[in-house]
Amino acid sequence: MEITMEKTLDQKVVVNTIEAIDTSKPSKIEVKDVNVWYGDFQAIKGIDMEIKPNTVTAFIGPSGCGKSTFLRLFNRMNDYIDSHRMEGKIKINGKNIYKKKVNVEELRKEIGMVFQKPNPFPKSIFENVAYGLKIQGIKDKKFIEERVEKALKQADLWEEVKDKLKKSALALSGGQQQRLCIARTLAVEPSIILMDEPTSALDPISTSKIENLIFELKKKYTIIIVTHNMQQASRISDYTAFFYIGELIEYGKTKKIFTNPEKKRTENYITGRFG
Amino acid sequence: MRKIKEYLIEKLLFSSALITIAVTFGIIGVLGFEAIIFFSEVSILEFFTDTQWTPLFADKHFGILPLLTGTLLTSFIAISVALPIGLSIGIYLSEYAPKSFRKTVKPLLELLAAVPTVVYGFFALIVVTPFLQGFIPNLSGFNSLSAGIVMGIMIIPFISSLSEDALHAVPDALREASFGMGATKLQTAFKVVVPAASSGIIVSIILAISRAIGETMIVAIAAGQQPRFTLDPTVPVETITAYIVQVSLGDVQHGSIEYRTIFAAGITLFVVTFLLNTISYRIRKKYQQRYE
Amino acid sequence: MNSIQKNRLKDRLFMYWGMFSTLIGLVLLVVFIGDILIDGLGIIDWSFITNLPSRKAEKAGIYTALMGSIWILFLTAFIAIPVGVAAGVYLEEYSKKNWLSGILEINISNLAGVPSIIYGLLGLEVFVRIMNLGASVLAGSLTLSLLILPIIIVATREAIKAVPKSIQDASYALGASKWQTIWHQILPASGGGILTGVILALSRAVGETAPLIVVGALAYVPFAPDNPMDEFSVLPIQIFNWISRPQHGFIENAAAAIIILLGITFIMNGIAVYFRNKWQKKWK
Repeated sequence: MEITMEKTLDQKVVVNTIEAIDTSKPSKIEVKDVNVWYGDFQAIKGIDMEIKPNTVTAFIGPSGCGKSTFLRLFNRMNDYIDSHRMEGKIKINGKNIYKKKVNVEELRKEIGMVFQKPNPFPKSIFENVAYGLKIQGIKDKKFIEERVEKALKQADLWEEVKDKLKKSALALSGGQQQRLCIARTLAVEPSIILMDEPTSALDPISTSKIENLIFELKKKYTIIIVTHNMQQASRISDYTAFFYIGELIEYGKTKKIFTNPEKKRTENYITGRFG
Repeated sequence: MRKIKEYLIEKLLFSSALITIAVTFGIIGVLGFEAIIFFSEVSILEFFTDTQWTPLFADKHFGILPLLTGTLLTSFIAISVALPIGLSIGIYLSEYAPKSFRKTVKPLLELLAAVPTVVYGFFALIVVTPFLQGFIPNLSGFNSLSAGIVMGIMIIPFISSLSEDALHAVPDALREASFGMGATKLQTAFKVVVPAASSGIIVSIILAISRAIGETMIVAIAAGQQPRFTLDPTVPVETITAYIVQVSLGDVQHGSIEYRTIFAAGITLFVVTFLLNTISYRIRKKYQQRYE
Repeated sequence: MNSIQKNRLKDRLFMYWGMFSTLIGLVLLVVFIGDILIDGLGIIDWSFITNLPSRKAEKAGIYTALMGSIWILFLTAFIAIPVGVAAGVYLEEYSKKNWLSGILEINISNLAGVPSIIYGLLGLEVFVRIMNLGASVLAGSLTLSLLILPIIIVATREAIKAVPKSIQDASYALGASKWQTIWHQILPASGGGILTGVILALSRAVGETAPLIVVGALAYVPFAPDNPMDEFSVLPIQIFNWISRPQHGFIENAAAAIIILLGITFIMNGIAVYFRNKWQKKWK
């Protein structure tokens, strides 16, 4: 008896926290004087920027310029790196996420992340998408099933996998796996989605599918995407930020950056003179 | 000339490798030969069903069951100690501990497995049993409990080291995916990393069981030498290995039935550990392919 | 408390449990070595090391057992190292992927898991009886050689695998034969790793008790062996014998002998770790 009571209690609380994330009002991100070190090496140097809600922002720049490190600051994924040290403020909807009291797990529920290489868990397709819900302690089967279906539809994968949800996710193609990872992220209904070169390991057809998807998702989410691919940045993003050796060189409307950049270095990079 | 030399060297090295095959044939041959003679005098049915083992007494019984239960009982106690602790260590070292800590602690833990087993036997008999008698007044001086616990301590590094290796081999991408969704380290460890490393962990457990079953000196010293068909951990028992030691220490005539009992007991032990080792080898091969 | 806080709490608790588990093993090791030191350290003096075994605890020493262990150590090394390294080299450098190499591999893996007492039974029948060596140092060393053979083979293979292929290619490109390449390049380059494995294997052999009891090594030998055909005892058997005696004085003797045995084992392990670290640095 006691156990069942606890169960229902647990579920209620969890569902409440989920509903508490207001996805109808996507989040605004403010970055104030952020510096990052790995040991003695300074990877990010005094960056200030503001990212607008319901937009796609692309981070571009040569390898090692710090754009991935910077992206991982928004959901505090660098916390687990031993020598990592960060100074400065990152505010999401006015709240500094680097305050001591902030619960990292709660934060990451609101800020989803898609990685460079598709990294599905060695579990079934269904279990992959349901994972985020299950770790929150949700046990309501119907609720989970609905969310999984919704997420797979949003990720444009439902039609391809609806008959084999119990099959291993590892049997999917690379492009399908990456869309599965996007679905996995969407299932917990975050408000911001971080994408770290999500198409770099994929073929052109899979890439274009994911680009279309990003275009769709923008209506509901704030998306930040790191990319090596200039064309991709110009195709899908509203804003573009160009990084170079840990510094934010230029940041503005994508159209402007690609047609009329203010800085010489930006122009050199996007025209392919180095990188 | 050079060709001949190369040829001879290759054959020499090859024959060294073949020695390992000869060892296996030797073991099977020796155990099998003596066991066949043994079973021509004692029926296999009696061997596996009689609940008494008294080959050294006037009223001879040849039932392996008491030795088998003694072996399984001590091994079971050992695994009950080593599995939770060893696996927790493996997970802690791989998922929580700082790199430098892992690097220092792992070899120290492996030192536990390097301590000669006769030393553990001393520890079980002289330290652990008197200590436990403080809580369990009717604990015998020889018992399977202390022997099992100490054996468990000895095999902790088998489980912790091998499972840590397996956990460590799981790509970080999976951890990041899980953290990225708001999972704690604990959830990531048990829902993602452990399942992904399950075959390696199972291998470590099987090897530990096999090691416990074959362990000799701890049980010979601390568990006693009384073959008893029981699962009571507080009384003296005798394991297969302890029986072989007991007979070897005595003055048993070569070629007698008593002499052959150690081979019959030995082949039982060999078959059990052989099965366990083969299973773990198969799992390991399958799992290696997955990561390569 | 919401579910996220609950999960955090569980996470914390497990972390402490993990730390505790890691430390408990080490703490037990320390407690236990401390206990043995208290029991036995007072006994150890020069006469304890040089005295022959005796019925009286206070007069008994470990001389014959220690000499037996040293004999066993060197004779086993002499037999097992060449065979083990040769087999490892063959499997890593010559053996082609076919049914035979498959069988060799599964066989070695299985041998590594065979309980040591089974090797004792093999030694008893083959070396002691059939080859008629009796319960001699030689029979004991042969038995232990077979026991540690798989360890040496596996260590040799791992060490050779770690040698960069470029070294091999460079040697072949200069016209060296296969064996010349192995002898002049691969073996020296993998030497540290092989040495580590060999020392660990020998340390295991020094600590073995059961197979030697089965082979027929004695608890009481009045003289140290002076040739391979002599009867012998070893430290672990001496310890086992003293533990089995009821009088308390022998327990202290056992503890003292354990200190010496552990000293030998730990020094060998320490040397092995030293070589491993030195060797690994070379390739990293």
